[in-house]
Amino acid sequence: MIEAVGLTKRYGPKTAVQDLSFSVRPGIVTGFLGPNGAGKSTTMRMLLGLDTPSAGHAIVNGRRYSEHAAPLREVGAMLEARAIHTGRSAYNHLLALAATHGIPRSRVDEVVDVVGLREVAKKRAGGFSLGMGQRLGIASALLGDPATLILDEPVNGLDPEGILWIRNLLKSLAAEGRTVLVSSHLMSEMALTAEHLIVIGRGKLIADTSVEEFTRSASSGAVLVRTPDAVRLGKLLGELDGVTVTTGDDVQVLEVSGAESEQIGRLAAEHSLVLFELTPQQASLEEAFMEMTKDAVEYEAVVTPRATAVPVKEHAA
Amino acid sequence: MSTVTILSTRAGSGSVTLPRVVKSEWIKFRTLRSSYYTLFAAVFFMVGFGLLACYGAIDHLDHPDVRDHAFSIDAADRSLRGYLAAQLAIGVLGVLVVSGEYSTGMIRASLSAVPRRLPVLWAKAAVFGAITLVVTSITAFVAFFAGQAILASHHVDTTLSASGVLRTVLGTSLYLTAVGLLAVGIGALIRNTAGGIAAVFGLLLVLPTLVEVLPANWSSNIGPYLPGAAGQQVATLHADPGMLAPWTGFGVMCVYVLAALIGAAVMLKRRDA
Repeated sequence: MIEAVGLTKRYGPKTAVQDLSFSVRPGIVTGFLGPNGAGKSTTMRMLLGLDTPSAGHAIVNGRRYSEHAAPLREVGAMLEARAIHTGRSAYNHLLALAATHGIPRSRVDEVVDVVGLREVAKKRAGGFSLGMGQRLGIASALLGDPATLILDEPVNGLDPEGILWIRNLLKSLAAEGRTVLVSSHLMSEMALTAEHLIVIGRGKLIADTSVEEFTRSASSGAVLVRTPDAVRLGKLLGELDGVTVTTGDDVQVLEVSGAESEQIGRLAAEHSLVLFELTPQQASLEEAFMEMTKDAVEYEAVVTPRATAVPVKEHAA
Repeated sequence: MSTVTILSTRAGSGSVTLPRVVKSEWIKFRTLRSSYYTLFAAVFFMVGFGLLACYGAIDHLDHPDVRDHAFSIDAADRSLRGYLAAQLAIGVLGVLVVSGEYSTGMIRASLSAVPRRLPVLWAKAAVFGAITLVVTSITAFVAFFAGQAILASHHVDTTLSASGVLRTVLGTSLYLTAVGLLAVGIGALIRNTAGGIAAVFGLLLVLPTLVEVLPANWSSNIGPYLPGAAGQQVATLHADPGMLAPWTGFGVMCVYVLAALIGAAVMLKRRDA
């Protein structure tokens, strides 16, 4: 269980996180979404007491993180895969962390096997690929067998097999009744992994909703129809109750809202009209996410029109 | 996809204690190659330069020069002279013990495991201090006896039982340990390897030469109290006049060490990791 209450972090005049309140429940995977620079990592660092909030506080499993007598047993965190000394082997890294809590060597062996790093565990972590670094980060998070997990962008740099592995791991951890908070800037990934979403942008809470709800609100319900008889079909559909038909640049294409695709198909068949395409329009989750965070994107590429004209020479006035 | 078992009874149930953090820091120290390289450099400098200095003394005796007819040999100091080079290695390692965690990001893992933070600093200082003390004491004795063996050929050697000699040998090790702890404190304050090393040796080596050019009564009042000059008295058999007494000087050095560690503790608590 994680509770953030009015979390605020200012760096000089810049506010990275502003009055952020949310709670993360056990038993499900909660996605923490936001564009780059939205304040996800800062928030996670505040949950772990690495950064002190300018205002507000965060409670993890009933108390502040730093007040736990055995923090690694309460919360396992992977803030960035590279929170490791590059000159030390993965195994010794875990051994050193385990020693602070009196966690035995056998548990280190166990987590090394869980994340599949057995073969490279004795190699220096500096030579690890991004994916191996992520696995090591997850191993250190699991070390204390914690009830709560906080993982910052765990799928970054993983290959498809690794992504699938993380997805299953997170789900099984949640199924065991743990609280799992996972940040990502990839909506599509979260849609497959998480059940609940906390979306932030520019340090502010934008949405605290279930993935199902988010997906539903993202779909427009329109149907795209492509037919050589667009004019006739458009007229027939327009006569139905509550149905609106819009046409685009392509004369063969209709966008129909207020009617299901089955209904449109039957109507076309009754009138012996040929259909080339009949597609329910579902705005992609990615689009919905971008739409939602549109005003909250920190870094945006400025589209500069290509200079076509040669600048007029300046004449001395 | 194999099924994973994450639930474990092997993780135990203990909480964070200072001895456990000390153990963790010991694991961290002994699992980095740089620890061994740098300690080896310290040992090599100390013994190597000591031997060289003693050969130099013998050479002077074999080939007397009119200019140094009054040449005298401080047998103990000569064999231990290498500590001036060894302090470079110890100082660098002291800074690295802390700054290495900041440069790699390891510090966030360390402070997540020990969110009260201060035990990490105390444990680092304790582990590094103890290792330096043990290694440099043994090295100081090796350098001393090796040097005396060379000097014995011309019967200009000394013994541990001679007045002040044992104190000088152990004092060399104490001075180097203090340099190491000072470096740990400064490393934790500056959190950057290059900056930390520059600060340590600026304080130990550059500052004295700057003070020298001050007006005479200033430099004679400030000079003896600088950390290097004060701390080295305990590692010197025959002190220069105007310098502090051996143990007074070492006490002054310890004040610098404590100040650096306390400053580091305050900042460690206050700053974001």
